[in-house]
Amino acid sequence: MSNPNEILDPQLQLYEKRKGVYPKAVDGTFRRLKWAIMAVTLAIYYITPWIRWDRGPYAPDQAVLVDLANRRFFMFGIEIWPHEFYYVAGMLVMAGIGLFLVTSAVGRAWCGYSCPQTVWTDLFQHIERAIDGDRNAQFRLQDAPWGPKKIIKRLSKWTIWLLVALATGGAWIFYFADAPTLARDFFSGEAAFVAYATVGVLTATTFIFGGFMREQVCIYMCPWPRIQAAMMDEKSLTVTYKDWRGEPRGSVKKAEAQPGSFGDCIDCNQCVAVCPTGIDIREGPQIGCITCALCIDACDKVMDQVGRPRGLIDYVTEEDAELEKAGQPHTPVLKTLFRPRTILYFSVWGAIGLAMLFAVGNRTRIDISANHDRNPLYVQLADGAVRNAYTANLRNMENRPRTMEVSMSGLGQAVLWSSEGSRETAGQTVTVDVPADSVGRLRLFVAAPGIGASREEFVLTVRAVDDRTAQDSHNVFFERPESAE
Amino acid sequence: MVDKQRIDEATGTQTVGHEWDGIEELDTPMPRWWLWTLYATIIWGLVYVVLYPAWPMVNSATEGVLGWSSRGDYQKALAAREAELEPIRQALVNTDIHDLPDNPQLLNEAVQGGRSAFKVHCVQCHGAGAAGSKGYPNLNDDEWLWGGDMEAIEYTLVHGIRNPDHDETRFSQMPAFGRDGILQSNEIQDLVSYVRVLSDREPQSASSNRGAALFEINCAVCHGNDAKGDRTQGAPNLTDAINLYGLDRASLTETITNSRYGVMPRWGHRLDAATIRMLTAYVHSLGGGEAAPVSEDTATEQAAIATDAETPVDEQS
Repeated sequence: MSNPNEILDPQLQLYEKRKGVYPKAVDGTFRRLKWAIMAVTLAIYYITPWIRWDRGPYAPDQAVLVDLANRRFFMFGIEIWPHEFYYVAGMLVMAGIGLFLVTSAVGRAWCGYSCPQTVWTDLFQHIERAIDGDRNAQFRLQDAPWGPKKIIKRLSKWTIWLLVALATGGAWIFYFADAPTLARDFFSGEAAFVAYATVGVLTATTFIFGGFMREQVCIYMCPWPRIQAAMMDEKSLTVTYKDWRGEPRGSVKKAEAQPGSFGDCIDCNQCVAVCPTGIDIREGPQIGCITCALCIDACDKVMDQVGRPRGLIDYVTEEDAELEKAGQPHTPVLKTLFRPRTILYFSVWGAIGLAMLFAVGNRTRIDISANHDRNPLYVQLADGAVRNAYTANLRNMENRPRTMEVSMSGLGQAVLWSSEGSRETAGQTVTVDVPADSVGRLRLFVAAPGIGASREEFVLTVRAVDDRTAQDSHNVFFERPESAE
Repeated sequence: MVDKQRIDEATGTQTVGHEWDGIEELDTPMPRWWLWTLYATIIWGLVYVVLYPAWPMVNSATEGVLGWSSRGDYQKALAAREAELEPIRQALVNTDIHDLPDNPQLLNEAVQGGRSAFKVHCVQCHGAGAAGSKGYPNLNDDEWLWGGDMEAIEYTLVHGIRNPDHDETRFSQMPAFGRDGILQSNEIQDLVSYVRVLSDREPQSASSNRGAALFEINCAVCHGNDAKGDRTQGAPNLTDAINLYGLDRASLTETITNSRYGVMPRWGHRLDAATIRMLTAYVHSLGGGEAAPVSEDTATEQAAIATDAETPVDEQS
């Protein structure tokens, strides 16, 4: 690096080896917050598939279940069918707008606290410190030659990592099948290949991403930091080093020797030592900063020790930073928080949520759709009447078998029968049993006099016999030959 | 360009030398592991080339040591499906055709299978929707030339209609009344009038009255005195709304003068029994299928049972 000509030689710098990050343990407000969030998120992830939820004899009793094989999505009291996938799309839209909202208000809080990459990396780093010791011990072990001690430490660390990774990958599959059954099958070697493959892939990614890739995932692989950078503005909270207060840096001794020449930063490097992504926050906001605020904890502790005010590194908006630099008070928190942008995001987010709640509350759990036969469009019958045929799908989205009645209206002098019946016994309705939580396919025949319009619209209506208020209609056409000879 | 390369002060990184309106691009080094992923994909590629078909040669590609091929996969899937269907096919063959409607699940399987087989063997004449066309019967309607219950349909399928060189084929032949000189052309016109009166397409007239007399002599032997046809001979019902060759005067004249009849190949020696049964179930399901007629044996038995019930026990022989 000393010779400028060397740096200008592109060959020398095409690729860069990852610089190891050995973050130091730290305690403080934000560290404790991170502990709490880690406990909650991990608990949600590992425990959710095991929560039971009684839905009666015809549906699974798992509270959260993505039943891909049967194309059903269960979430506590809500069951979603494939044709209702817009609820999932709506939830994804809400998740997206929710991230916009969170980012514009409190910056990269997702990155710093609840992103799985952050949570599992944090977990892996705790394991690392338990085996290898804190930052300095880790440095020494890294530089130490391979010997029995290093091998044992490395093997035990990797083994624990692997077990955590296995549990992580293992927990994932329980969301897609009955958890107790799958667990039994999994350990007795009877589960489907896809279960083992999924666990294998997720174990490998957890092990590699949490153990070795860590901040590289955030900096090079994840698109979200880039998007978040665009979502933030001067009123978004971000971890800020108050350079106007800290600079120029100088040790306590220097400051004592030359009072007034130095800022509050004693250049102890604690903020760098605790950083899980290995950056120096004093260089300003940067892509590598996930705003986990551990540097705030570290700096506050040092400031307490040297008897200077806390908050040399603090959560501050860019606007407040400018104000503070100019010696003015911060903008009131509520004013920063409630601004057109956040209100708009929240309104959209809330509107989608309310609309979906309303839709879920009002959706019918019985449904008919009917396809008119296209070939042939109509069939001339011997007695001069014309017959049309339809394939109707009757959805019974409740978890019990139901008897349904299909009736027709709007087509004079016509009769309706299904493939079970015949024209001789035909009437205005057809009754059929539809099994619980499934689609009944019904072949319907309609015969009407041959004289009439070549195309007439009429209505097929399905009602549940046990609850006549539950009904759904579908408009279909009755076709006749253009004109009789 | 290269002479514009410089070290960016803020980051200490070299620029690539491009500049757009004062915006420059940093030449940040790639992470080393990124290179490993490249090597990994190269190794993956090499392994793939060895294991799977890869290099295109003149006639085919290199086969790969695993011997995998998409065609092979397809054959395997097909064989697996065949094996899956085998019990159903067995059950179909072993089930009496009259009992098939009592087994809705098996009947449904048969109809689905028949739908597929129909698309391969039958659509050429009867059309994709089995709606037929002029000269080829519509299988959806409720008129049958040779019978529309399961057994009759299966017989037609197995033996065909007017199949040459097959003794059991369904056979009948309408004479060519005009061509063979049986009737004069004015007589044929009178017959045409009568046939149109039969199906309400024309009002009664002197011509049709003359035709009625001719009908009784020449046609009633097959089509019946009431002109309602005879299924044992495949003679169509002339009084209903359905007609295979058209009921306009020209079509009828042509039919009576030169005679018209269709030919259907027999499938008994081409398709296995299970497929034929599937086709039977499918055709029967299209909407015009008829219930099995009560056979004479059954009728006698039922009558006997009824008689037994009424007859005192001691009078039985």
